[in-house]
Amino acid sequence: MTDAISVSGLVKTFGRTRALDGLELTVRTGEVHGFLGPNGAGKSTTIRVLLGLLRADAGTATLLGGDPWRDTADLHRRLAYVPGEVTLWPSLTGGEVIDLLGRLRGGLDAGRRATLLERFDLDPTKKGRTYSKGNRQKVALVAALASDVELLILDEPTSGLDPLMEEVFRTCIAEERKNGRTVLLSSHILAEVEALCDRVSIIRAGRTVDTGTLAELRHLTRTSITAELAATPTGLDALPGLHDLVVDGPRVRFDVDNEHLGDVLRQLTGCGVRSLTSQPPTLEELFLRHYEEELVGS
Amino acid sequence: MSALTGTRHLTRLAFRLDRLRLPVWVLAIALLPMATAAQYKQLYPTKADLDSVRAVLSTPALVAIGGPLFRVSLGGLTAWKIMSTELILIGLMSLLTVVRHTRTEEETGRLELISAGVVGRHAPLTAALVTAGLADLVAGALAALFLLATGLPATGSLALGLAVCVTGLAFAAIAAVAVQLTENARTAIAIAGAVLAGSYLLRAVGDTGPTWLSWLSPLGWAIHIRAYAGERWWVAGLAVALAALLAALAYTLAGRRDVGAALLAQRPGPAMAAAGLRSPFGLAWRLHRGLLAGWLFGMAVAGAALGGAASALTDQIAVNQELTDMLARLGGSKGVTDGYLGAVFGIVGLVVACYTVQATLRLRAEESAGRLEPLLATRTGRVRWALSHLVFAVVGSALLLAAAGAAGGLAYGAQISDVGGQVPRLLGAAMVQLPAAWVLAGLGVALFGLVPQATPLTWVALVACLVLLELGALLNLSRWIVDASPFAHVPKLPGAEFSATPVLWLTAVAVVLAAAGLVGFRRRDIG
Repeated sequence: MTDAISVSGLVKTFGRTRALDGLELTVRTGEVHGFLGPNGAGKSTTIRVLLGLLRADAGTATLLGGDPWRDTADLHRRLAYVPGEVTLWPSLTGGEVIDLLGRLRGGLDAGRRATLLERFDLDPTKKGRTYSKGNRQKVALVAALASDVELLILDEPTSGLDPLMEEVFRTCIAEERKNGRTVLLSSHILAEVEALCDRVSIIRAGRTVDTGTLAELRHLTRTSITAELAATPTGLDALPGLHDLVVDGPRVRFDVDNEHLGDVLRQLTGCGVRSLTSQPPTLEELFLRHYEEELVGS
Repeated sequence: MSALTGTRHLTRLAFRLDRLRLPVWVLAIALLPMATAAQYKQLYPTKADLDSVRAVLSTPALVAIGGPLFRVSLGGLTAWKIMSTELILIGLMSLLTVVRHTRTEEETGRLELISAGVVGRHAPLTAALVTAGLADLVAGALAALFLLATGLPATGSLALGLAVCVTGLAFAAIAAVAVQLTENARTAIAIAGAVLAGSYLLRAVGDTGPTWLSWLSPLGWAIHIRAYAGERWWVAGLAVALAALLAALAYTLAGRRDVGAALLAQRPGPAMAAAGLRSPFGLAWRLHRGLLAGWLFGMAVAGAALGGAASALTDQIAVNQELTDMLARLGGSKGVTDGYLGAVFGIVGLVVACYTVQATLRLRAEESAGRLEPLLATRTGRVRWALSHLVFAVVGSALLLAAAGAAGGLAYGAQISDVGGQVPRLLGAAMVQLPAAWVLAGLGVALFGLVPQATPLTWVALVACLVLLELGALLNLSRWIVDASPFAHVPKLPGAEFSATPVLWLTAVAVVLAAAGLVGFRRRDIG
């Protein structure tokens, strides 16, 4: 299987800022690839290089078998893009923008356009200046999803959507994958990437720090548990998949790999649970825990 | 907490945000009358000189543009010349300031952030009105002081300053109502701006015919305060009363609506794009057509008014020698009428260049707003996109000049019964300005492509051209400074001989600049 996107050793500097510092990224054809990193990590910069909007200082980037800077127009027939910050023309309606972008890309499926408008609950007759951030994002999403393209490049597409619409978006992306399209989905929300992606690349400060399938990155998908028990627990530290255990009398705090969550909870219940809170670790925590040292070391 | 809690802090914030913008406006408004008075003092040193211009200034077209000339004196002439400009400037400053600190803040959601703090319901509107009102007051006071300094009578100077100030107050209040009507700042500016334009038209028609029409217009009131010509102070009260009334209305309306909402609902547009909206050019047409149509109307009206005024300047009228000389320098002809027409179309050329620059800089505006990125992510090429906007700068400017020239030729020709002869003559006088306007477009493209952050400098270049045209002729600046302006090379038609060399040179410079800009734009980063 060929790669839809292949980026190697990419460097891009703006003045003194090194936005990309040897970034690596491989997206295989037909997969949904999560592009994960905190704000300012270089996700949008990478995407702009892939779209031929920025010229890389060093490194190579191949998009659908072509050079994103040289073969721009040819490549852009085959992809659709949703920017992170969508701005619309104030005097054009959402429907007009969807049609315009679709036509400029080389065609739009009218049936799909209608279905998507309904699913995203978007009023296409409103003028661009009156849409909220979420609705502007929906306009760009409908325009992209209704086009007949091989590759979707989505830059934090859900940052303005409410949870209901996020669900609609997830369903749409699942369908796209079934239709064999490739998706590059940038995000700073771990849960979103977990729910949608086959493989993930994690970047920080312009570098790729980890890449692989979700199973390979299983160590990222832990849950943090804080519990107050009836008695001081015993034998917790012997359980597999348990990390960073702190026992403070009847109070315990630890992280657990999600696949071992059931065993650990059974053990806790045995001690009598008075209160329990669980939360997925934030991306920032993960970075702090897993990558800070590597970065300092390198 | 009262409805006004926090007004002081918000006013200070407004002044902080406008610390550059407002002083520039205020200074421009304060200095213009003084500069005019100084210029007239030099131009008409004696009473006889002044009397000689009366016949010219009482032609209907000039009365429509500037209002009636109430008294022939240095002050009277200064007030006549500058009042309309002053009123439009102070009106714009006031309405833009009020909209900026009310509806713009509300639309962007920044007001929500502020409203959550200890801020009364009416504090934002009050702060905006206080900000605009203080700026009006300072502008009026400074204008009066500067006029006094040139040696004009105190009473008249005070009246002129007062007229400027109260007109500003009236338009601040008009804007305060406009922002209650619509959810969108641009529409609010359009509403208040339309009232300003309407007031100007009412006054223009009223002063040439049915006088009562001028009394329906705030701009008419200001002019009928009659600075330097037997002041009628009570007229200022009309503007103050209107401002108070409209401000009260604005507060009532604001009290009845939610934050972010408006009295006029947004009209929905088409759900599907028309067949024409399928290319970069189709999009550019949608974005430029309104502006171009407005300009076309304006230039046709201006051309007709200026052409119509020319018939009064027949060579037989004994006109002040200095004026004749000045027209000869600006217009390039010893004949007074042709000199006047040449000078007028030189100014028309510069005014049209404002559109040229505006249309050219749309490139940068689209890029900065982030609207270029999604287009370039389609198969649209960079150069094709840029050209789709530049068509309007290049062809649009030609259309505007043609409109001004043809309308001027018709109006002038109709009065001297020579339409067939004057239309092509004045069309030529207007169109010959085109290559100079194109040079500014070329400069805009070059900056956009090579040093995008510096694109706004194109406006500076345009202002420099204007200054060189006005002052170069008056101050006898050295030749090479004046020659820096592309407009200095334009043959001064209709009086002078047409010469193709400068026209071709200017066109070539414009093309080279634009080509360099486009090459740079192809190679640079977007964003």
